[in-house]
Amino acid sequence: METRLTKKMAALQAAGRKGLFVYITVGVPDYERSLAAVKIAVENGADVIEVGLPFSDPMADGPVIQAASVQALKQGVNMQQELDFVRAVRRFSDVPLVAMGYMNNIYHYGLEKFVTDFQAAGLDGAIIPDLPHEESGELRDICAAHNFHLAEFITPGTTPARMEQTCKGATGFIYCVSHNGVTGVGKVDYKQIGEVCEQARNYTQTPLAVGFGIGSPEAAVAAAEHADAVIVGSAVVGRLLKDELPEAGTFIASLRQALDQAYCR
Amino acid sequence: MQKPGRFGQFGGQYVPEIVMPALNELEAAYNKYKDDPDFRKEFRYYLREYAGRPTGLYYADKLTQHYGKARIFLKREDLLHTGAHKINNALGQALLAKRMGKKKIIAETGAGQHGVATATVAALFGMECHVFMGEVDVERQKLNVFRMQLLGAKVIPVSSGTGTLKDATSEAIRYWATHIEDTHYIIGSAVGPHPYPTMVRDFQKVIGEEIRAQAEEKIGKLPDYVIACVGGGSNAIGTFYDFRNDASVKKIGVEAGGRGDATGDNAKTLSGTGEPGILHGAYSYLLQTPDGQVVEAYSISAGLDYPGVGPEHSFFKDTGIAEYVSVTDQEALDAFQRLSRIEGIIPAMESSHALAYLEKLMPQTTPEQNVVVTLSGRGDKDVQMVAKALGKELD
Repeated sequence: METRLTKKMAALQAAGRKGLFVYITVGVPDYERSLAAVKIAVENGADVIEVGLPFSDPMADGPVIQAASVQALKQGVNMQQELDFVRAVRRFSDVPLVAMGYMNNIYHYGLEKFVTDFQAAGLDGAIIPDLPHEESGELRDICAAHNFHLAEFITPGTTPARMEQTCKGATGFIYCVSHNGVTGVGKVDYKQIGEVCEQARNYTQTPLAVGFGIGSPEAAVAAAEHADAVIVGSAVVGRLLKDELPEAGTFIASLRQALDQAYCR
Repeated sequence: MQKPGRFGQFGGQYVPEIVMPALNELEAAYNKYKDDPDFRKEFRYYLREYAGRPTGLYYADKLTQHYGKARIFLKREDLLHTGAHKINNALGQALLAKRMGKKKIIAETGAGQHGVATATVAALFGMECHVFMGEVDVERQKLNVFRMQLLGAKVIPVSSGTGTLKDATSEAIRYWATHIEDTHYIIGSAVGPHPYPTMVRDFQKVIGEEIRAQAEEKIGKLPDYVIACVGGGSNAIGTFYDFRNDASVKKIGVEAGGRGDATGDNAKTLSGTGEPGILHGAYSYLLQTPDGQVVEAYSISAGLDYPGVGPEHSFFKDTGIAEYVSVTDQEALDAFQRLSRIEGIIPAMESSHALAYLEKLMPQTTPEQNVVVTLSGRGDKDVQMVAKALGKELD
């Protein structure tokens, strides 16, 4: 079934373009400005927005998103505000929205309630970095029943056997973690995950989005080579933490331009 | 059917996909070696010759007289090399890491006891060792930091989050995710994703097995109570596990009540306001806000202030296999001094929590009964902190 996300990915593919996902933590630098940041990101060419739900112990995140989580929680960001945030974005944009949050928050909110409430608010899917395939069965079933995307993951260490198991039922997109590590700008050799992406094509038609480490237009172009989209988080959030919204916009525009120059047919 | 790595509904593997291959590799290696005669032989060798097992089950005559009720025995884990039960697990995991061909070992530590145990086995087996420690704890536990450095380990202060044990644990997991090929993560308690809670319990269950044999020898029957303190819960699960099917043996886990219930400053994950949730890879009881944000635990004892708890303890609590209670900082401080004066044994502040519960338990016992308290560690490391708590100046 079609969603905002599948429609967007299909449109990108039809145009021969690479997708650009931008991660923004709710409440950084504050609630209003994080909402403004979504608008700026979309205006500068973001195709999908990852709505970052702050957690006290973000195990998969590097220093920048950790700092963003701390700042957001200090401001009292909670699930209710996150729900309001999604609704508020929907008032000015139909950009696909995918939450990125940790399992304990979602578990506490209630799995089914999370999917139905956030979907009603306008969310299209979720990325839960501490919920590997082995543990996601119950939530996967709920998401499937509601036509709500739950991202599967592949990493440089994912074997073909595991891909076959995890990617088979994937919808929306598959999150391809570029290197062994945590989120944050760094020097990454994108060849490795590129090869894994190529393998994954044997098991799935679902679009592949590469994330972790992307901090420059060059990195975005390299990461996109074997994928359908790239995900940029820390490089944007780092600018938002410093309250540099226009700079974040310029940066996103530079990624958009580089991707379109390198890949647009 | 019960999924592997689950204790009832608790446990699991809530970790980033990056870590899954390492957990699968570890599980496969553990399953391969746990019953391997050579591995068992080598593990027993180091426990005996290097760590000093078996530890005594000491009949605390004076303490028994003090209460005038049931007989009290102390399981002397405090007499082990490095001064606490932590060495049992560190040895087991290091031997496993060696067989897995890992060159580097990492660990998290709060008070520094597990860090010291890990640095010790890394030195023994010639492995590179990094220990992650919250920067607040680095400041509080300078002596143990230096101890680890003497043993050749690199101590990495962690400033993220609240700069304490839970953040050090997150940082160790992050580092592990980045160095997964050549590094083994020796988790310090019976917490974390499967297979850790099972593996750590198996390396610690020797405590309860020895208690059983020694009780048989000394009193000709099983004890009526076994008591242990619970932070993450490794000495307690080690104490309880062998008695899990013996309903006649009451198993009591004592948590840190901190400054008391009114303040909310405590580490009463199982005996207080904790609710099931997910932290550091496992579904277990957890101190958290209604929104599912993890709350910082507090205790005078740095080894007990962890907001989570091993998933098997959550299972034991819900099934009634064990009972979980708490004592306050002050009650533990009193017990610390009491055992020092009465028996000439300075217990770790962690173990002092288990001892403090005797104040509540002993009046309900009879002289025919037998109580075993696991003395998980010795108290030398706590002397400075206790002096401060008692308002004494040391210089």
